[in-house]
Amino acid sequence: MSLQIKPILIALRRHKAGTVLIALQIALTLAIVCNALFIIHQRLANMSDVSGVDEANVFVIKNQWAVDQSTQQVDAQVRADLLALRQLPGVRDAAPASGYPLQGGGWDNFVTMTPDQVEPTTDSAVYTGDEHLLDTLGVHLIAGRNFHPDEVVELGTQQAIIPPVAIVSKTLADRLFPDGSALGKSFYAMGATPSTIIGIVDPLHRQGTGQWNQPYAGQSLIWPLRADDARGIFYIVRAKPGQLAAAMREAPKALYAQSRMRMIDPKDGIQDYAEIRHKAYDSDRGMAILMGIISVVLLAITAAGIVGLTSFWVGERRKQIGVRRALGATRGDILNYFLTENLLIGIGGVLVGAVLAIGINLWMVTQFETARLSLTYVATGVVALLLLGQAAVLAPALRASHVSPVEATRSV
Amino acid sequence: MFAYYFQLGLRSLRRNPALTALMVMAIGFGVAASMITYSVFRAVSGNPIPDKSAQLFTPQIDSWGPQQNVKGEPPDGLDYTDAMALMRTHEAKRQTLLYPVQMSVMPGGSSDLPIAANGYAVGSDFFPMFEVTFLYGSGWSAQDDESRGSDVVITDQLNQRLFGGADSVGRTVTLNGHDYRVVGVTSHWDPRPRFFDLFSTDGFDDASDFYMPFTRALDLQMRTGGRNSCRGKLTFTTWDGWLQSNCVWITSWVELGSAAEVARYRRFLDGYAADQQRAGRFNWAPNVRLRDVVQMLDHEHVVPPESRISLIVALAFFVICLVNTIGLLLAKFLRRAGEIGVRRALGATRREIYAQYLIEAGTVGLAGGVLGLLLTAVGVSGVGILFQPQIARLAHLDLSLIGLTMLVAIVATMIAAFYPAWRAANVQPAWQLKSN
Repeated sequence: MSLQIKPILIALRRHKAGTVLIALQIALTLAIVCNALFIIHQRLANMSDVSGVDEANVFVIKNQWAVDQSTQQVDAQVRADLLALRQLPGVRDAAPASGYPLQGGGWDNFVTMTPDQVEPTTDSAVYTGDEHLLDTLGVHLIAGRNFHPDEVVELGTQQAIIPPVAIVSKTLADRLFPDGSALGKSFYAMGATPSTIIGIVDPLHRQGTGQWNQPYAGQSLIWPLRADDARGIFYIVRAKPGQLAAAMREAPKALYAQSRMRMIDPKDGIQDYAEIRHKAYDSDRGMAILMGIISVVLLAITAAGIVGLTSFWVGERRKQIGVRRALGATRGDILNYFLTENLLIGIGGVLVGAVLAIGINLWMVTQFETARLSLTYVATGVVALLLLGQAAVLAPALRASHVSPVEATRSV
Repeated sequence: MFAYYFQLGLRSLRRNPALTALMVMAIGFGVAASMITYSVFRAVSGNPIPDKSAQLFTPQIDSWGPQQNVKGEPPDGLDYTDAMALMRTHEAKRQTLLYPVQMSVMPGGSSDLPIAANGYAVGSDFFPMFEVTFLYGSGWSAQDDESRGSDVVITDQLNQRLFGGADSVGRTVTLNGHDYRVVGVTSHWDPRPRFFDLFSTDGFDDASDFYMPFTRALDLQMRTGGRNSCRGKLTFTTWDGWLQSNCVWITSWVELGSAAEVARYRRFLDGYAADQQRAGRFNWAPNVRLRDVVQMLDHEHVVPPESRISLIVALAFFVICLVNTIGLLLAKFLRRAGEIGVRRALGATRREIYAQYLIEAGTVGLAGGVLGLLLTAVGVSGVGILFQPQIARLAHLDLSLIGLTMLVAIVATMIAAFYPAWRAANVQPAWQLKSN
């Protein structure tokens, strides 16, 4: 069976408009679907970032204070609250915090290696907590030690206190000390005095999930501070396995029993990590869904368009097909003719489409600082669209192959 | 003739039902995808105060210097020192400083649990400058700014919650344990995007509950409930230490009526920065900005990239649907070449054929538009799945969107029909008649 490329090309010249339209549609579809799938891939990759938190058991209470108090008053209340939370039957541990991973945004400091360095080395998310924070979050300490209780100090409203010790994420440790010798070394995080690395955890996600955070992804530090801010505090609570729901019900009651001059929003004052993650990535998820819908509908419409135009061509050429059949062409020959014809148009389309796909991506890189399109996407897209074309053309081509030779003799 | 062709068009919709359904769906999906994403884009990219946006400016002063600012741009907010200096000069017709604050409010009635309220510390000019509309009362006066009074303007939302919507002017509200006198209740005033606070919000935060005097907030040492951005070494441990730091947290707005005033204010800002340089506070040349509302919305990238990208992808999708439609229209029209040949032989001009097929395409567009409208209605109500809730709830289907959907569907289909209709009009009558 030989490919009859030459006669097909000659025949296509008589259907220039239709040929160009199908090729154009394949080209545009390839360009859009490649980029859409690439966006989906990136967004899904964002969404699967590990936080380092024991997400199945941890929840966060956003507690705002209702009256102005001194730092000492707030500190006493915070200590009492934590004691009450830790005594709840369903609670494994609880810690005070000024922010939490995947919060959406929060405190970050520039990091330098020397006190008088002006240009920062990098940037780190800043978490605060006491000696219970590591166990409460469930993050893994891979080197060094946890804070001692006597290292934890009060942090009043908007005070700039730089503790002498810090626990850092492995990503930050490696960024500051690429030779792996971070433990015991010090760094400066917008303070006149250094912080010495006493422990390394891995991983620990930043609060932020947006584009601004990407160059600093995974870089975070924890300072032994009890956030006694007059405005409010986050209590991070880790429930015992299987008791998350019960602990989330009991926690606010325990806090209100301590004092009623606080505000815990009934709507989103208490969130488990499923909800926190859902919120943190809602725009990523939305983009992935939208691009998915558009890709599927686009492929369906392109396939339907090919079916429509090829059917028209088959209808137009019934007589010629009949003549060919009468002259000895088999059904297979006819089927093959239409499949080859579509393949040729498809190849023309995907060549243009591949160039277009890369062009669109390069433009997006300049406009939205997205990543470069990986060529595997283009290659996959090319194969997918050629297969789609063949599948779409199959039905009309089969119909063509069933044209009886007797058609050649009709209506002349 | 138009009515007749229109009727013919409607009738021919039923002629090749599969082909027609395909076109209607292509146009329907294409126009719906474009309109759904456009409804979101329209909501986030609109001008929130169209009649005054060119008269409202936010001054920015580089207090961080070339080594610590972001890519040469001054910080987006002001530090306390610069903010107060600008305020004291009264260089603009109207001016206000502002920052977000969070407080507790006792709801009264049967509940004894405080609720959280979000608001802004603002100057008295805030209300006339931004055209805040009032249900009851008004803003406070410049004298109240000076006397650092405990006045408060509450929004209709908080008024509903505290006073059941009654005229509460003169009544007392307890915020964070301090009493405030209500001087005004705003009617629903919540510009989107919230152009006046793009430093602490992305422009789409929840509606505010109250506005209180900036001077009073400072007296109470109220920390900002929004962003606080600092550079270099931080050493402050007290309120005054923080005020004197390089931390930026205040947004400033001025109202300037004419180009001359704008130019004068620009000179004033440059002069102020030069003074600071001479005084040794800045070790760099003056680097100031004076952006109006639209420039500020653009500078702060208020339109999320997601909204832009999805609109672009949806429009590209629509274009592909139209290419698809061109091919299908071509098939549909040329299938009737014999019929066209007969009409031409009987005396119809090319023009008439052209008009007939364009109008027929218009009816396809009309049907596509109706489908597109249904899909748009479904899509706009379900847009919460695709965009962040605070943005998604701004998208809505109104008369202009309905009109636009139908118009775009019909016009786009007719444009797509230019070539197929031209081919139809050029059918050679002799050829068609011969083979029959």
